[in-house]
Amino acid sequence: MQLVLTEDQELLAKTAADFAAEHSPVSRVRALRDADDADGFSRKLWRQMAELGWVGIPFPEEFGGADMGLSGLSVVLEALGRTLAPEPFLSTVLLGGQALLLGGSEGQKSEWLPKLVEGERLLTLAYQERRSRYDLRCVATRAERDGSGWRLRGEKIQVLDGTCADGIVVVARTSGEERAADGITLFALRRDAPGLRLERQHRVDSRNTALVFLDGVAVGAEDVVGAEGRGGDLLERVVDRATVGICAEMLGSMSEAFERTLGYLKQREQFGVPIGSFQALKHRAAQQFIEIELCRSAVMAAARAVDDGVEDAARLVSLAKARCSDAAILVADESIQMHGGIGMTDEHEIGFYLKRARVAELTFGDAAYHRDRWARLGGY
Amino acid sequence: MAELDEFRAQTRQWLKANAPEAITGLALTEGGGNWGGRRATFEPPEMKPWLERMAERGWTAPTWPREYGGGGLSAAEAKVLQQELARLRLPLPLTGFGLTMIGPTLLHFGNEEQKREHIPKICRGEIRWCQGYSEPNAGSDLASLQTRADRDGDDFVINGSKVWTSYADLSDWIFALVRSDPKAKKQEGITFLLIDMDSPGVSVSPIGLISGKSPFCETRFDDVRVPVRNAVGAIHGGWTVAKALLGFERNMIAEVFGGQARGGGQGRGSVLAELAREYLGDAGGALGDPVLRDEIARCELDERAFHLTVQRARDAAKAGHQPGPESSLFKVYATELNKRRTELMVRIAGPHGLGWQGAGFADDEIGRTRGWLRARGNSIEGGTSEIQLNIIAKRVLGLPD
Repeated sequence: MQLVLTEDQELLAKTAADFAAEHSPVSRVRALRDADDADGFSRKLWRQMAELGWVGIPFPEEFGGADMGLSGLSVVLEALGRTLAPEPFLSTVLLGGQALLLGGSEGQKSEWLPKLVEGERLLTLAYQERRSRYDLRCVATRAERDGSGWRLRGEKIQVLDGTCADGIVVVARTSGEERAADGITLFALRRDAPGLRLERQHRVDSRNTALVFLDGVAVGAEDVVGAEGRGGDLLERVVDRATVGICAEMLGSMSEAFERTLGYLKQREQFGVPIGSFQALKHRAAQQFIEIELCRSAVMAAARAVDDGVEDAARLVSLAKARCSDAAILVADESIQMHGGIGMTDEHEIGFYLKRARVAELTFGDAAYHRDRWARLGGY
Repeated sequence: MAELDEFRAQTRQWLKANAPEAITGLALTEGGGNWGGRRATFEPPEMKPWLERMAERGWTAPTWPREYGGGGLSAAEAKVLQQELARLRLPLPLTGFGLTMIGPTLLHFGNEEQKREHIPKICRGEIRWCQGYSEPNAGSDLASLQTRADRDGDDFVINGSKVWTSYADLSDWIFALVRSDPKAKKQEGITFLLIDMDSPGVSVSPIGLISGKSPFCETRFDDVRVPVRNAVGAIHGGWTVAKALLGFERNMIAEVFGGQARGGGQGRGSVLAELAREYLGDAGGALGDPVLRDEIARCELDERAFHLTVQRARDAAKAGHQPGPESSLFKVYATELNKRRTELMVRIAGPHGLGWQGAGFADDEIGRTRGWLRARGNSIEGGTSEIQLNIIAKRVLGLPD
C-alpha cells in the first residue's frame, strides 16, 4: 500500500478542483437552500460530472466505469467537499450503486449500472430507522411472506436523495428479532412501486433526505439483492465503502474551512494587529493542522485497503471515520469561534461548513461508534 | 537492481563471517548499545571486536565519505546493510551523539582540519560526544544563553554552565554554544565550539529526575581555555550551525518514536488491550471497563494514524516529492502521544501502577511507572511542544509574528 497519489489521481484532483471552483461555489448551495429546491442538487451538474467520468470511477469497465476504485473517487469527493457540492455521490454511487455491484444479480446490474454511470439513473439505500441509531443490524422493517414473494412493511428515515432516486435498495428483515444479526435481506425497488411513499426531510445541511414509508410493497425473488437472510454482511461492506467516501468529502470540507479561517486570522485586525499573531490562536491553528494531516493519511489508507481487499480494511475504515468525525467538528467549531461574530451570521459561508460537518459526523457512525467497532474488530 | 542484489549477497556473507556469535540476537534497551569513547565498556566483550571490524569497513557510519572513515555507501546500499543486520539479528556496533548529531553537522559545516581530526574518531567509536546547549536560564529561548567565551590570543576562555548535557559524565568532548560577543543581537553573538572535556576547569554533576536516576548532567566551565580553531562555522555565526543540528536532533527523536511505524504499524497485537485484560480480567469478550476500553481504542487509533502519516511522508519522498508539511508535526505528535500512552498504562494497572521500588510491585510495573514519569520530559526536550506549535504556525501556516 503506497500512501501517495498516482499520476492519474493527481490529474483527477486538479480537474476536480478546477471544476468545483468554476461550477460549484458555496453560493450555489445557498441558492439551492433558499429556493427550497426539490432535488437539493443540480441534475445538469450531475450529468456533467458523469460526462467527466466521475460517476463511473468505482465501477468496472463492463458497466462503463473507469475502475479506479475508492482511491480514485476519494480524490474527486475531497475536491467537491471543499465547496460542499451536494451532488448524489453518496446515495447513488456508493450506497445504492455499490449494493448492486457487490450483491446484485447480473440482471439487476445490467438494468441499473450502465445508466447510473451515464448519470441517467439515481439510486439510494434505505437502511436507517428510528431506533437503529448506527447499528446496521437493527432492522424493524419486515418482509412478510406473501405467496412466492414478500410484502414490505416499515419506515426508513433520512434516506439520502430519497425523493429523487429512481430506485431504492431497501433493507428489511425476512426473519429474526429487531436486533438479530441474521435474517436481513436487501430488496431493489423502483420508485413507482405501489405502497411506497416518500416525504422530504429537512436537515441542517439542507441536502435531500427523505422518510420512506413501506405499506405492503410487493417484492419477488428477482428483487432480492444478494442472498436472502444474509444481507447484514453485504450491508456492512456497502456502508464501509460509503464511509470512505464521506471521509474523503469531510477531508475536503475541513481543509477548506481551515484554510478560510487561516486567511481570516491573517487579515482580521484587532488591537492594531492581525489576530493570527496571538499565540492563543496560533497554537489552536497548529493543532487543527496536525489533525487534518492525520485524517489525510487515514483516509488514503482506508481507500487503498478497501480497494486492495486487505484483511483489516474494516478497521482502517473505522480509523478514518473516527478521526475525521472528531477532526471535522473540531475544525468547524474552531472556524466559527475564530471568525467571531461574523461567523455566527447566515450571510457568511463558514456556517455552512459547521452544518455539513455535523451531518457528516453523525452519518455512518460517530467517532465513539467507530472506536467501539475498532476495539471489537481488534478482539477487545 | 542486480548490483544491489550482489551487494546484499556480499554483505550477508561478510556479516556472517565477521559477527561474533555472542552478540547475535542481543536486544538493545533504551540508552543501551555501545556508545564508544575512552571509557567505553563492552557488554558482552565481543562487542569490541564487532565494533572494530565494522569500523574498519566504515559501516559504523555507512553513508559517510570513505576518506573520513565512513562506508561511502549509497542510501539504497545503506538500507540493504540495515536490512541484513536486522535479518541476522545483529545489534548496531555503535550509537551516540557523534553519529547522530555532531558528525552530520561537521560534515556540513566543519573545515577540512576539523573533519580530519574528529570524524574518523567518531566512526571508530574512540570519542564519545555530548551536547551543551541549554542553560539554567536558557531553555526554549535558547539564543539567550549566557555561557561566556572571552577571547584571549588564540584561545577562548569559557565561563558558565550547561544543563541537560546527557551522558556528560561518560563523554570525552562536548559541542557547546557560547556567547562570544555579548554586545551583538542575541542570535548574532554565538559561537559553536568543540571542547575537550579533559580541559582543566570542566566539572560535571548528575541531575536526578522525577523518574529517578537519569543520564542528564549539569556541566560547569570555570576559566576553561579552548583554542579558537575549535569553532565550527564562523566565529559569532554559531546560531546557523546550532539550528541545523537541532534539525538532526528532531529527526533522531522522530525516528525513535516512529521506530514502531515500519509498515504503517500493522500486524501488532494490542499491547494495551492485553495489559487491560491482565488487570481488569476478561469475560471473553469486551473489556470490563467501557471508559478505559474507549481510551485504549482512542490511543491506538491515534498511534495508527500517526504511523500512517510517517509512512505517507516516506512514500512521498520515495516518489520524488519535496518534503510536505506533514513532517513538521512528527516531534510534537509523537511525544504527546507517548505521554498519553504511558499514562494510560499506569491507569490500566490501577493501584499496581503506583510502585516506586521494592516489595509488592513487579519489575515491569515499576518500569512502566518510571516510564510514565520519564515521558513527561518527551514534550520538553529537543524543543517543547509549544515551540513546535510555534514553528508550525509560522513556517507551515504562515501566521504573522
